Amino acid sequence: MHRIAHAISALPDNPALSARTVINGVAAVCDPLGGLYLPDLDILVVSDLHLEKGSAFARRGMMLPPYDTLATLRILDAVISRHNPKTVISLGDNFHDRVGSALMPELFRGMIETMARGREWVWINGNHDPDGTVALPGSCADELHHASLIFRHEPSLNASAGEIAGHLHPSATVRRREKYMRRACFATDGKRLIMPAFGVTTGGLDLRHQAMRGLFDHQSLVAHMLGRDRIYSVRFANLLG
Amino acid sequence: MNQIDSATRAEPPLLLPPPFLRWFADKGWQPRAHQLELLSRVEGGESMLLIAPTGAGKTLAGFLPSLVSLTQRGKVPPGSAFTGIHTLYISPLKALAVDIERNLMKPVGDMGLPVRIENRTGDTPASKRQRQKLNPPDILLTTPEQVALLLANGEAERFFRDLKYVVLDELHSLVTSKRGHLLSLGLARLRRLAPKMQAIGLSATVADPMDLQRWLAPQRPGENNHAGLITVTGGARPEISILSTEERVPWAGHSAAYAISDIYKAIGGQKTTLLFVNTRSQAERVFQELWTINDDNLAIALHHGSLDVGQRRKVEAAMSENRLRAVVATSTLDLGIDWGDVDMVIHVGAPKGASRLAQRIGRANHRMDEPSRAILVPANRFEVMECQAALDANYIGAQDTPPVGKGALDVLAQHVLGMACAAPFDPLALYAEITSAAPYSYLTWETFERIVDFVATGGYALRSYERYAKIRKTPEGFWRVSNPMVAQQYRLNVGTIIESPMLNVRMVKHNARGALGRGGMPLGKVEEYFIEMLSPGDTFLFSGKVLRFEGIRESECLVSQGYKLDPKVPSYNGGKFPLSTYLASQVRKMLADPSRHATLPEQVRDWLSLQKDISMLPKEDELLIETFPRGSRHYMVIYAFEGRLAHQTLGMLLTRRLDRAGLKPLGFVATDYSLAVWGLDDMGEAFKAGSPRLADLFDEDMLGDDLEAWLNESFLLKRTFRNCAVIAGLIDQRHPGKEKSGRQVTVSADLIYDVLRSHEPDHILLEATRNDASTGLLEIERLGDMLTRIKGHITHRPLDRISPLAVPVMLEIGKVPVGGEAQDFLLAEAADELFEDVVRH
Repeated sequence: MHRIAHAISALPDNPALSARTVINGVAAVCDPLGGLYLPDLDILVVSDLHLEKGSAFARRGMMLPPYDTLATLRILDAVISRHNPKTVISLGDNFHDRVGSALMPELFRGMIETMARGREWVWINGNHDPDGTVALPGSCADELHHASLIFRHEPSLNASAGEIAGHLHPSATVRRREKYMRRACFATDGKRLIMPAFGVTTGGLDLRHQAMRGLFDHQSLVAHMLGRDRIYSVRFANLLG
Repeated sequence: MNQIDSATRAEPPLLLPPPFLRWFADKGWQPRAHQLELLSRVEGGESMLLIAPTGAGKTLAGFLPSLVSLTQRGKVPPGSAFTGIHTLYISPLKALAVDIERNLMKPVGDMGLPVRIENRTGDTPASKRQRQKLNPPDILLTTPEQVALLLANGEAERFFRDLKYVVLDELHSLVTSKRGHLLSLGLARLRRLAPKMQAIGLSATVADPMDLQRWLAPQRPGENNHAGLITVTGGARPEISILSTEERVPWAGHSAAYAISDIYKAIGGQKTTLLFVNTRSQAERVFQELWTINDDNLAIALHHGSLDVGQRRKVEAAMSENRLRAVVATSTLDLGIDWGDVDMVIHVGAPKGASRLAQRIGRANHRMDEPSRAILVPANRFEVMECQAALDANYIGAQDTPPVGKGALDVLAQHVLGMACAAPFDPLALYAEITSAAPYSYLTWETFERIVDFVATGGYALRSYERYAKIRKTPEGFWRVSNPMVAQQYRLNVGTIIESPMLNVRMVKHNARGALGRGGMPLGKVEEYFIEMLSPGDTFLFSGKVLRFEGIRESECLVSQGYKLDPKVPSYNGGKFPLSTYLASQVRKMLADPSRHATLPEQVRDWLSLQKDISMLPKEDELLIETFPRGSRHYMVIYAFEGRLAHQTLGMLLTRRLDRAGLKPLGFVATDYSLAVWGLDDMGEAFKAGSPRLADLFDEDMLGDDLEAWLNESFLLKRTFRNCAVIAGLIDQRHPGKEKSGRQVTVSADLIYDVLRSHEPDHILLEATRNDASTGLLEIERLGDMLTRIKGHITHRPLDRISPLAVPVMLEIGKVPVGGEAQDFLLAEAADELFEDVVRH
């Protein structure tokens, strides 16, 4: 609830406690709503929106609430309003399945059109939606190189420095007084960064999971965890496996 | 069924056909009065409820009408038209159905009756199930889930059309759960398929038999239908005592460690002892401590629901062959499986309910005419009083089984889909059928329509799923399933027992290179959330061993032999019952009446008299509130005696109110008996000044807006929601083609809950969740009753130091982890301490 409720109440002039970091020499701000803002380039990055996940399940007989798209778009709207970027990059798995963007209700399509007005919008293709989007503003691409950064959906094992990717839905766990807190996080070692999943019904994969192996220099790896209204930055060594 | 009943009537049992009379005569037995009465009233056309203690020949009584009727009918000649089943026997446990088959085959074989008996459970092979459908047995022994599956089948009408009797065993334990709700709906359907069907309920003693009698009969507006009642009283009075000990009874805690050597002595003096405890972690603890002092190497075993099935079966077999001296067990043994000769029951910890105690004691000595023997071992001083109250209740035969209650909406949704799978349904006819089931007689047409809508498309105000509907209305106004996959999905997910995600626990060894080996012995299952709390190297008690957590591999929790003597106590779940309302009121009475203190042990007497000197002992209907400073904090202790769950809810609501009054509460902790709230400000002074007034603080209106506001942001409801969502069919536990374990479900119920709450707070499934929580997890009704009771009877005692009665709850502070609300606070605290804002530039 916290993310949805907070996004609904989030105002542009209500500064959240973000965390600043640098990826391959480019300054970046981790916003607690789940977006990464690059002030020098005026780019906002979000990843793994998984729009229309509810209806994708409904097609297969599980009538999940049809509100996930609306909730995710509201948070997206809040984070865009906060940074007012020139460019928005959505890092893939923008829709939960191939037909998602074609079948999306007009109401939601309209919301995206409003958000995209006056800015550039890039949809990076993901494994869930490899064919790109249908009837939406912006352009589609498999990956994008800009400044010293590379934007793509799936993190590559032998990436050159500057890769910003999604796909893995990283989360991290800390322990405090026998209590465990697991939150989605931005994961970065200064060379590359993996984005938290932005969609409201997306789960997380622990940073210590074997799928994350070999991606980061653990010495300098920091998890910027998404809290209710601030980012909590935790060194990898202090996380729980 | 193998003993003589002195109360048997002398008149010859004319009702019984010759083979039965010969069989009784050969055995030198007489049919019992209640067996014959049940037979004659059932033959007279009544549905019946038989309430009898263990060992009264209940099972034979329940089957007698079927056996007699089938004997009179004779074998169905080969080549005759299809004949459906004659009798359906339903038991809450698979094992019980199998056990009964064995027990029933014996007399049927001896008498040479022309009766075919088979069982059908989740373990029955598909080929046998298929054969049963084509060629049904006369008597089918099964479980509620199998009944639901059979009814959702297209063949149901044919299969059940000849049904004469439904025998429902252990009815008292079934009716109060969601399984009971599902079964009541199944019974309503059976009655439609076979209008002359009669129900025979078998039950242990309950508080309100009429509840069950109505449950067994079709409910219709303006009619007062209920089954007939036969109650078998008598049986020898149990001999119960409270453990007398030289040791000091502790103030708080649940381990009863002080009594272990006395318990061990008691086991040594008997042939076979059953030790009941309330939780699985308690079972592990007691078992380990007994073995620590087991110098005589007595055969003592452990049995609880988390252990590997193979291990449990071994213990059960050893028990029935009388090879064990003692078994430490949780409620897995509550129900009536034959356990060999148990001489004595030891109940460690307070029994929490009078009826629960009676049923557990009934496990000792399965013979009705010999007294059962039991020893109660209170774990702390409050429990001494609770044990005494339970003992008194047992002697006067008081009962405190919970009422049947309203049927749950998630179960209804599952049933509606099942009925559509069987055949297209007419909504008006189905509504009439459903409301004939007692738990659903309250159901309004409007709610029924919302449930049908939910089953079809999720029931959302934003109607975007019409094209994906699971059930659709035909032009004739009938609802039918959209495609065969829906029925397949239903079959995979039928039932109301939702397991929290579990991991197998497997014992592994380090190999020569220090790596973990593969394929060690499986020990059982533990809740995933418990394992998630462990770091490699942590130790915990499980399966009677100290285990060292090594890590998780796929869906298995790997452990090795631990050598630490002081393991982390396992906190995995296991039947934590709150104190029953009846026992709570008895404890309050005892506290208020000094003349009854004489029966209590000296330590407890001294404690109470000290309390009287320093503070006071509350009267029966009085709510005592003490305030006192301690350390740098101020405390308020509320002696509500309403059980842990209701106290937790009270604590949540009270701290909100105190916060609003500017008193800055910092936390609270709840036990079965009292609630302690603490903060930095002197709450006592504030109450004395009337700001706030205690009467306002404890006003019933806290169950209005405050409750609503709390539920809106509470994480507590999420677990309840997950269960409702799975039972109602919103989230599949298993999907055709992808048999997922709980761990691999691709949608998180928590996230679904958040989305639904923030966008459609009136959704029917959220209503179902709140209904569940208010009776179960949160005990809101009970809290409401308490607030009404104490109105005008609140006494505030400002003290300058802690009172004797406050000690137990004060000792719990610090042991209880904080709830979800405080998580972000803890995260911030952890963030400030554990890590630096290293990445600031």
